[in-house]
Amino acid sequence: MTWQLWLELHLHFCMLSLLAVGGALAIIPEMHRYLVTDLHLMSEIAFSRSVTLSQIAPGPNILLVAVMGWNIGLQSAGGLEAGGAAMAFGLFMALGLLAAAVLPSSLLSYFMVKWLQVHQQARGVRAFKAGMIPLVMGLMLSAGWLLQTASNPQTDWRLLVICGVCMLLVLKTRVHLLWLMLGGAVLGAVLGL
Amino acid sequence: MSFERLAVSKAPRSRTDLFLSFTWLGLQGFGGVLAVVQREIVDRKQWMSLAEFAEEWALAQTLPGPNVVNLSVMFGGKHFGPSGAFAALSGLLFFPGLLMLAIVFTFQAFAHLPWVASALHGMGVAAAGMVMAAGWRFMPTLRQHPIGFPLALGFAALSFALAAWAHWPLAHVIALVGSLSCGLTWWRLAPKDAP
Repeated sequence: MTWQLWLELHLHFCMLSLLAVGGALAIIPEMHRYLVTDLHLMSEIAFSRSVTLSQIAPGPNILLVAVMGWNIGLQSAGGLEAGGAAMAFGLFMALGLLAAAVLPSSLLSYFMVKWLQVHQQARGVRAFKAGMIPLVMGLMLSAGWLLQTASNPQTDWRLLVICGVCMLLVLKTRVHLLWLMLGGAVLGAVLGL
Repeated sequence: MSFERLAVSKAPRSRTDLFLSFTWLGLQGFGGVLAVVQREIVDRKQWMSLAEFAEEWALAQTLPGPNVVNLSVMFGGKHFGPSGAFAALSGLLFFPGLLMLAIVFTFQAFAHLPWVASALHGMGVAAAGMVMAAGWRFMPTLRQHPIGFPLALGFAALSFALAAWAHWPLAHVIALVGSLSCGLTWWRLAPKDAP
């Protein structure tokens, strides 16, 4: 990894931090486009696994950026076979990209909160908040869709069914998310998907 | 003065308290962070009343960035200034982050096994369904939107098409759809002229 690429990656994530109007899930399409399609720093499978595993782990979704950083760093330094040095670089990238993704928006929040409290009923603020909602919805749906295609490269209909069923279960029932993931894991393993 | 203001709400005792509390909070959130945060901060620790929490969460939603991250920074900052904000934020991210990387590492060590890879495919599409459900949840809000349901749905569909199919950069999607949607909303929020 060249230092130019390293810098560009971190600057890009700083920008994404300020564009993350819908939180971590809404920037998934952009991360896919940038890391997988544009820069070829991750494969579809690695991308899918990063997001998937971040969903089983507790903690805010934004931690998936750390997982992406870990994968990118690890791979560019030779993978797990390369041992400690590659893993250290993976950790370094994980921390760096997470910081890039979190600090700009956090700084903005820290400094804007008082202004926002005073102006939260202002027409412009209300328009911004409401106006962004259709956008956030579209971005989240596309995040889910991209995750589906990345996890289902051969467009196996059975995986599509699992996806649809999980979506319905989340919308219509109170089944805990971990059960859904476990169900998906078991079905996937048993059916050899 | 409302009764909420009269009641004395407790406050975090120190930066360490902030860090540890937000660590505990971070270790619980499986996607449904809002419920966890509310339960911890309002019900258990009583650091905020429900009304105060609702207001802070609304502010956190308005600003870019993950809601719970923004909330931690705003809340920590209110009580202990910059170091408080940092304590809350790092609590939320540090140990949960380490745990997450440990989980990832474990999976990667076994990912060469075919059944593990299959399980990951299944989990991947399950997670995809969950994320789509999270997006779909906005539907009722669209129905009540100031610009009307058809237009709001149209903008959502356009965002989806641009991000999922046309692979537009996020900055461009926000510039186009964001400005149209917010602009239209701003126009529709115009105060009615007094007779």
